[in-house]
Amino acid sequence: MLKTFRIGGIHPKEQKISAGNAIQSIATPDQVIIPLAQHIGAPCQPVVKKGDAVKVGTLIGKTVGFVSANIHSSVSGTVVKIDKAIDASGYRRDAVIIKVEGDEWEESIDRSPDLKKECRLSSKEILDKIAAAGIVGMGGATFPTHVKLTPPPGSKPEILIINGVECEPWLTSDHRLMMEKTEEIIVGITIVMEALNVDKAIIGIENNKKDAIEKFGKYAKAYPNISVEALKVQYPQGGEKQLIDALTGRQVPSGALPISVGAVVQNVGTILAAYEAVQKNKPLVERVVTVTGKDVKQPCNILSRIGIPVGNLIEAAGGLPDTTGKIVSGGPMMGKALASTDVPVTKGTSGILLIPTLEAKRKAMKDCIRCAKCVSVCPMGLNPTLLMNLTEFEVWDRAENNRITDCIECGSCSYTCPADRPLLDYIRLGKSRVNTIIRTRKN
Amino acid sequence: MENKLVVSPSPHIHSGDTIQKNMYGVLIALIPAFLVALYVFRLDALIITALAVLFCVGFEYLIVKYMMKKTPTVLDGSAIITGVLLAFNVPSNLPVWILALGCLFAIGVVKLSFGGLGNNIFNPAIAGRIFLLISFPAQMTVWPAPETAFTIDAVSSATILGNLKLNPELLPSLQTMFLGTEAGSLGEMSALALLLGLGWLLWKKIITWHIPISIMATVAIFTGILYIFNPIPLYNPLIHLFSGGLMLGAVFMATDYVTSPMTKKGMLIYGVGIGFITIAIRLWGAYPEGVSFAILLMNAFTPLINNYTTPKRFGEVVKHG
Amino acid sequence: MSVLLTAVVTLGVIGAGSAAILYLIGQKFKVEEDPRIQEVQDALPAANCGGCGFPGCASFASACVKAETLEGLNCPVGGQTTMDKVASILGQAAPVAVKKIAVVRCSGTCEHRPRTNLYDGISNCTIAAVLYGGDTGCSFGCLGLGDCVESCAFDAIHINPETMLPEVVEDKCTACGACVKACPKDIIELRKQGPKSRRIYVSCVNEEKGGVARKSCEVACIGCSKCQQVCPFEAITIENNLAYIIDDKCRLCRKCVPVCPTNSILELNFPPRKEKPELPKGEKATVDA
Repeated sequence: MLKTFRIGGIHPKEQKISAGNAIQSIATPDQVIIPLAQHIGAPCQPVVKKGDAVKVGTLIGKTVGFVSANIHSSVSGTVVKIDKAIDASGYRRDAVIIKVEGDEWEESIDRSPDLKKECRLSSKEILDKIAAAGIVGMGGATFPTHVKLTPPPGSKPEILIINGVECEPWLTSDHRLMMEKTEEIIVGITIVMEALNVDKAIIGIENNKKDAIEKFGKYAKAYPNISVEALKVQYPQGGEKQLIDALTGRQVPSGALPISVGAVVQNVGTILAAYEAVQKNKPLVERVVTVTGKDVKQPCNILSRIGIPVGNLIEAAGGLPDTTGKIVSGGPMMGKALASTDVPVTKGTSGILLIPTLEAKRKAMKDCIRCAKCVSVCPMGLNPTLLMNLTEFEVWDRAENNRITDCIECGSCSYTCPADRPLLDYIRLGKSRVNTIIRTRKN
Repeated sequence: MENKLVVSPSPHIHSGDTIQKNMYGVLIALIPAFLVALYVFRLDALIITALAVLFCVGFEYLIVKYMMKKTPTVLDGSAIITGVLLAFNVPSNLPVWILALGCLFAIGVVKLSFGGLGNNIFNPAIAGRIFLLISFPAQMTVWPAPETAFTIDAVSSATILGNLKLNPELLPSLQTMFLGTEAGSLGEMSALALLLGLGWLLWKKIITWHIPISIMATVAIFTGILYIFNPIPLYNPLIHLFSGGLMLGAVFMATDYVTSPMTKKGMLIYGVGIGFITIAIRLWGAYPEGVSFAILLMNAFTPLINNYTTPKRFGEVVKHG
Repeated sequence: MSVLLTAVVTLGVIGAGSAAILYLIGQKFKVEEDPRIQEVQDALPAANCGGCGFPGCASFASACVKAETLEGLNCPVGGQTTMDKVASILGQAAPVAVKKIAVVRCSGTCEHRPRTNLYDGISNCTIAAVLYGGDTGCSFGCLGLGDCVESCAFDAIHINPETMLPEVVEDKCTACGACVKACPKDIIELRKQGPKSRRIYVSCVNEEKGGVARKSCEVACIGCSKCQQVCPFEAITIENNLAYIIDDKCRLCRKCVPVCPTNSILELNFPPRKEKPELPKGEKATVDA
C-alpha cells in the first residue's frame, strides 16, 4: 500500500507528456524584464539604475525586511530602465529591464559542471549563502528559503522532507531535474540537513515517476539517513501539509506551521538551487520551465533565465497553437491565467500550460444540488459549498468557525463540482476578508 | 491568433462530472429492479413507469416555463428519477389519474415550490407516495398478485409486511423475497436487483456507503436483538431487510443528494434515525410499512444535522483564535 | 354546559394571568429610554443604509439626541428636510448639509478602451481585481462587473450595457457611500453635487505614465498638468501622473475642461459651449448624466 494523505483528494488525468523530454536550453533574447517582486514578502529595492553594467549574478534587487529575497541579474549587459512591466500577478509592477550583451558571469561563480560533494561550512554560513543567493521556494510558492530554514525560537526541526511529488497534471520540470541532477540534489539535501541540524530526510516522489524513484533509491543508498518513499498518485499530494501527513503521519494543526510537527518541506528545485548557491556560489538566475499542452507541437522542459518573456518559451515549443484559449503559468489546478505573452519567467514559474479554447471556457453554474462531493474531496476537511454560501452572504464569523482560513486553495472542490459552481473563487475572497478581520482583531 | 486569451481564476480543468451524469447513473442503477418488475408485472410495470416519468417531466416543464417563467432543464434527469421512483412505490394497477396527481404533488409542491433542484427539503418521490397513501388509502394498499403465478385475473393480496403482522403463516420463503416475485409495489420486488443497483452507484462514486449501510445495519441490529429474545417472524431481521420498501428506500430514496446530510458523520446519524423510525413504525405503529415516513421525518432533520456536524478536519485540534 | 363553562373560565383565567405576568415583567425590565429617540427615529427615512456613518436609523437617532449639537450629523437619504425635522424635535439648529453625489471616475468605455482579453470568471469586481488588472490594457480602470450596482440600496447606479461603465441616477443617489466601499479600485467618489447639479471632475484614476496610460485608453489622464496651469483657483493637484480636482476649491469656472488633450475632464449639466475652432475634437465632453 502506497502512503498517502488521509483526507479527501482527487485524481485528475496526469498528462505527463513531456516527462521523457530532457531539459533543453533557450536562446537569451535581446532584452530581459526582471520583476522586483518574485517572492512572498516585500518587493526588492533596486540597487542598480539606468546605464549600469551588470553580469550574470550581479545583485540588482536587495531584500526589504526579513521575509524577502535578493534578486540577481540573469544576463550580462546594461540596465535600460527601472519601470513597471506586466508580470504574473496580472498587474504592472516594478521591474529591472536589461539590454543583453554577451554572456559574462560574475567571477565568483563556479561554472564547472563537476559534482562537488564536500561542504565544510557551518549551519549559519550555509544559511547566509542561501540568503545571499536569493533562493525561494521553486515549487511555485516562492517563500524565501532562508526564512523557512530559520525555525522560530523554541521550535526544533526533526525531519527534512523533499517534495519531489509534482502532483499537478502536465508539469514535469521537477521530474526532469530528479532524473538529470540526481547526485547534485542529494548533495543539496545533505547541505540543507546540515543547515537545519536534522539527521533525517525523506524524499517523497509520486508513483508515476518510477524512474526517478529508482534512481534516487540507488544514489541515496550511500546516505543512510536519506530515504526515498513512493507515494500514491493523488492530488494534492505535493501540498506541504498533505505531504507531511503522508510521510510522517503527523497532521499540522489548524493555523500552525509545519515546523510545529518538526517538519521542514523543500521542493527538489529549491534543493538544487541551494546546492548551486552553496557549492558553486551561483545565485538563483535560471530555472526549468515545462511548456506543454494538448496542441503544443513540441512539449519540452526548458532551462530558462529569469526574465525571458514566456512568449519566447512558447516559440521554442513550436509556437502558439491557433487553438489556444488560455495560457496558464503553473499547473492547471493552481496556476494563474496570463493576459499576455509578455509576462516574464520568474523564480516561481514552474510551467506554461496552453489550454485549447474549447476547454478554456467555464460552463454556466447551476444551483448547488448538495451532493457533498466537494466535502468528500477537500483535503483539509472543509465544507466548500457552505463556505461559498457564507462568503456570498458575508457571514464572516461562521466562515471563520468553519475554518475558511485553513483552505490551501488547491481547487479540488471546483474541479469536482457537478453543478460547475465556482467554489474556490468565493472561498478565496472569503479567506482574505476573514484574514483581514483576524488581523484587525489582533491589533 | 485571432481570439483573445481567456482569463479566469484557477482551477483551469474540471472533472467533467455533471448533474446529468449522476442522475443518469442512478437511472442505470434502477435498471435491474425495473427488469424484475417487468418480469413480475408485465405490461403494467412499463405503463406505470412510463406514465409517471411522462407526468413528472411534463409537469416540471410546464410549471417552470409558464408559472416560474424560467428556462426548463427537464433533461437534467432529476424529474425522470422522481417519476421512476414514484412509479416503483405504487401498486402496478393504480389508476392513471391518481398517479398523475401524485406526480403533480411531488414535482409541483414538494420540489418546485421550494425552489427547484437543490432547494427542496423533502424527497419528492417519498412525499408524493405519502400524499397518495393518505389521500387514496384504498387504491394504495391493494396490491395485485404477481402474474408469474399464471393466473389471468389479477387477484389482490396483502404484501409481506401486511402478512407479517396479521398472518405470519402466509409468508413466502426468504429466497422468494430476496430474488423477487411476491406482492408489493414495483420497486419492492427483488432485494438482489436493488443490491446490484447499490453496487453500481458505489462503483461510479455517485453515492457513498454511509447512508444505505447505516440504514440496513440499524434495521438488522435492532430487529436482530429483539429476535434473539423472541424468534418470531415479526422480529426476523432478514425479513425486514428483504421486504417492503427498505432496500429501495435505503439505496435510492434516502440517498437523494438534496435531502440528505452532507457530512459523513451526519449521514450515519441520518441512516440510524431512518432505521429506528422504520422499525418502530413497522413493529408498533399502525402502518405495516415505515420506510417512507421514516425518510420523510429524517429529511426534516437534515438541516439540523448539517448545522451540527462537520467533516473530519485536517489536524483536528482545539479551535484556534 | 358546565364542561363548556369550565373550559372557558380556565382558559380565561390562564390568559388573563399570563397577560398580567407579561405586563409586570415588562414594567420591571423596562429600559428607560429618552422618548425623543423614538420621535427622531420616526422622522428618519428608515433605510438603515449606514450613510450617516451609524449602523442604522435607531443608532443615528440615539446619537442625535445625545449630541450637544447637530453639526456634523447628517442623514444623506432624508437630506435637508429630514435634518430640519430632527432639529425641530430636538429644539436645535439644523445643520446645513452639503448635498453630495457619487461620481464614477472612469470613462473607459468599450470604444475608448479596447478589450484585450476575455474575462471568464464570475461577475464580481472584487474577485476579478484580485485575479488581474482587468480585460483591458488599463489595470486601474473600471471592471464593469457591477459590485457597485449590487451594493446600492436605492437603485441609483446601473451598468450601461453599451459602455460597460456604471452610471449614477442623480435623483436617486443619496450619497450613502455603499458603492464607494464596494468598488475595489476606488473609482467611485462622493463629491459635492454642486449648484444646479453641476460638477467638474477628472474622469480617470490611472497612475501610470502618460504614454502608457494613453495606449490603453483614449481618454486617460496623462498627467500633462495643462489643467493645473490654467486653473485660477489652485484647485487641481497632480500626483502619480494623475490630475485631481479638489471639490472645495473648484469654482466651476470650466477653464480646465477644454485644455485637456485627452478629454479626460468631464463637466456635468453645464449648458453647451460656443464652438471654438482650435480645439482638436469637435465634440465637447459635456455629458448629461
